[in-house]
Amino acid sequence: MPDRFKWTIFMTLLLSFSLYSAHLYITPPPNEQELDGVALQGKNIWQKKNCQSCHQFYGLGGYLGPDLTNTVRRRTPEQTRAFLKHGTDIMPDFRLTEDEIQAVQAFLQAMDASGTADPNRFNPTWYGNIKTD
Amino acid sequence: METSKQTDSLLPVRLMQTAMILLITGLLFGFVGSLQYVLPGWLKNQLSFERVRPMHVSSVLFWIILAAMGTTLYYAGERSGSSFKVRLAGKIMQALLLVSVAGILLSYLTGNFGGREYWEYPPLLSIPIALAWVLFVWIFIKHIRNLRQQPVYVWMWLTGALFFLVTFSESYLYLIPYFRERVLLDMSIQWKSNGSIVGCWNLLIYGCSFYYMEKHDPSHTYSRSWLAFAMYFLGLFNLMFNWGHHIYTLPTHTYVRLISYAVSMTELIILARIIHGWKKSMQSSKLFVSLPGYRFMLASEYWILLNLLLAIAMSVPAINIYTHGTHITVAHAMGSTIGINSMLLLAFLHDIIWGKERKNRPWPVKSFWLLQVSLLVFWLALIAAGIRKGYWQFHEPQIPFQKMMLGLRPYFIVFMLSGCTLIIGLMASVWPLLIRSVKRAREIKNKSSLYVEHLPDEYHPIVPVRRDVAGK
Ligand code: HEC
Ligand code: HEM
Repeated sequence: MPDRFKWTIFMTLLLSFSLYSAHLYITPPPNEQELDGVALQGKNIWQKKNCQSCHQFYGLGGYLGPDLTNTVRRRTPEQTRAFLKHGTDIMPDFRLTEDEIQAVQAFLQAMDASGTADPNRFNPTWYGNIKTD
Repeated sequence: METSKQTDSLLPVRLMQTAMILLITGLLFGFVGSLQYVLPGWLKNQLSFERVRPMHVSSVLFWIILAAMGTTLYYAGERSGSSFKVRLAGKIMQALLLVSVAGILLSYLTGNFGGREYWEYPPLLSIPIALAWVLFVWIFIKHIRNLRQQPVYVWMWLTGALFFLVTFSESYLYLIPYFRERVLLDMSIQWKSNGSIVGCWNLLIYGCSFYYMEKHDPSHTYSRSWLAFAMYFLGLFNLMFNWGHHIYTLPTHTYVRLISYAVSMTELIILARIIHGWKKSMQSSKLFVSLPGYRFMLASEYWILLNLLLAIAMSVPAINIYTHGTHITVAHAMGSTIGINSMLLLAFLHDIIWGKERKNRPWPVKSFWLLQVSLLVFWLALIAAGIRKGYWQFHEPQIPFQKMMLGLRPYFIVFMLSGCTLIIGLMASVWPLLIRSVKRAREIKNKSSLYVEHLPDEYHPIVPVRRDVAGK
C-alpha cells in the first residue's frame, strides 16, 4: 500500500474521531442530570470510598453488590441511611458522617432521576438493536 | 564494546521484570478476591473487597501495559539496530513508573481512592504515568526514525502509543466541573476512554506479534501487504468508534448505540479472516514449535477466536441487555486479558529473555496445559454465573440480591478453584522467566548496557523457512 494512501485513511479516521468526540463533549444526553453542590459532594465520596468496586450504575462497576441506579425507588430513605450508616455482612462500615450520608443520598437520588437501569425496559428490534417504549 | 548494531536493552528488560512482579502481585490479590466471593464478608475489616479488587485489576493491567512497553521498545530497538542510548530518559521513565505504581498500590492498601474504575487511585498519580508515557513515545520514535515505507507493526506501535496519551487524558476530563456535574455525559466519556485505551495496548501487543513472525521467518512479508494494512485500519476504526457497546443500556443519545453496534459488527470481517486463514495458519505454525514460547502464541489464536465470538455476541444490543452487568462481562475482560494479552506477552518474553537457550531445555508441557485447561474452566464458570444472573435480572427481579448471589455460589467455587490452578500454571512459566531475566539484565549490564543480538544471520535457521504464511 503506498504511503500516500495510508496517510489519507489515517487522517480521515483521525478527523472523524476528533469531530465525533468534540460533538459528544458539547452535547449532553437528553435526560442529563446536573448535580448540585450536595450531590456533587456525594459523588466525590462515592469515588473516594471506591463504592464502584462492589456496586454498579447502569450495570457498570464491580459485581459483589447490587446495582444502585434505582435503589432509592426500592428503599425508603431510612433503609438507605441504615445501609450507609452501618454497612452489611459484606459491605464495610465506612464511618460516614451525617453530612456525608446525606450527600451520598442526594447523589443516589440524582442517579435515579437520570433513568432506569432495569434491562426489562428494552424491547429488541428485528435487526438486533433495542428500544424503549 | 560499542558497535553500530547495538542498542540499549536494559530498559526493556527492567520494564519486563517490573511487569512480571506486578503479575505475581495481581494474581495473589485475584485469588483473595475470588475467596471473598465464596466466603462473603471474609477480611471485611482488614482488607475489604474495594481494596482487593483494584489491587488485583491495577496490578494485572500494569503487567500488561509495562510488558507491552518493554517488548515494543525491545523489538523496535532490535529491528532498527539503532545505537542511540536512552540511559537518562530510560532511568527517568523507570523512576516515574516505579513511583506511580508504588503510589497506586499504597493508596489502595490504605483505602485512599479518588479515581474511577480501573484507575481508582487519586488523580494526581496519573501525572507521573503520563510523563513516563511521553518518554516512552520519545524513545520509541528515536528508534523508528521515520514512517517511510514502514511495515504495519510500526504503524500499530506508533498509533497505539500516541492514542494511549489521548484516551488516558480523556479519562481525566471528569476533573473539569462541566463533565463532573453531568452524570450521564461523564459516564459516557468514562467508558469511551476505557474502551479505547484497551485498543491502545492491543495495538502495541498485536504489533509485536507481527514483528515476532517476521523476525523468525524472513520470508514473512505479510506485514507489508495490503491485507495487513486493511486489517490494521479496521482495528483502528473499531478502537475509535466501537466503545459504545459498553454503555448500550445507559440513557445516552440513541445514535451512540447505533454507531457502535454497526462498527462492532465490522469485527465479523476480522472473524471471517481468522476462520478463513485458520487451517493454513495452524499447519504452518507447527514449524515454529521449537521456538521458546511459541506455544503461548498458538494458544492465543484459540483464545482470540473464543473471545472474539463472545465479544461480537455481546456487541449485539439485543443480546447485550442479557449479558451486561453480569459476570459474562468479567469473563470477557479476563478471557481477553489472560487468554490473548498475557499469552502473547509470555510468548514475547520467552523470546526475549530465554532467546535460543530455552530451545535445548524440556518444555514445561504440564504447566502449560494446566494453564490452558484452568483458563477454560475459569472462563466457563464466569459465563455460567453470568447467564444465571442475567436470567435473574429479567425474570426474577423479586428475588433479593443476596439470595440470588447465594445461588451463584457453586459457580464461584469453580471459579475460585480453577483460579488457583490457573495461578499455578502461570507461575510455572513466569517464575523461571523472572529468575532468568535477572541474569539477562546482568549480562546486558556487563556489556556496558548494550544489547548484542540484532537478528544475526545465524538466528533465522532455528526455524525452517516458512513460505505459506497465513494471509499471504
Ligand atoms: C465490599 C463490597 C461493598 C462496598 C465497597 C460497598 N458496598 Fe454497598 N452493598 C454491598 C452489598 C453486598 C450490598 C447488599 C446487601 C444486601 O442486600 O443484603 C450492599 C448494599 C448497599 C445499599 C442498599 C442497596 C439496595 O438496594 O439494597 C446501598 C445504598 C449501598 N450498598 C451503598 C454503598 C455505598 C454508598 C458505598 C460506598 C461508600 C458502598 N455501598 C460500598 C457491598 C458493598
Ligand atoms: C493474568 C491474569 C489475570 C488478569 C489479566 C485478570 C484481569 C482482570 C480484569 C481486567 C478484571 C476486571 C473485570 C471487569 O471489570 O469486568 C478482573 C477482575 C477480577 N479478577 Fe482477574 N485477572 C487475572 C487473574 C485472576 C485470577 C487467577 C483470579 C482468581 C483466582 C482473578 C479474580 C478476579 C476477581 C475476583 C475479579 C473481580 C470481579 C468483580 O468485579 O467482581 N483474576 N481481572
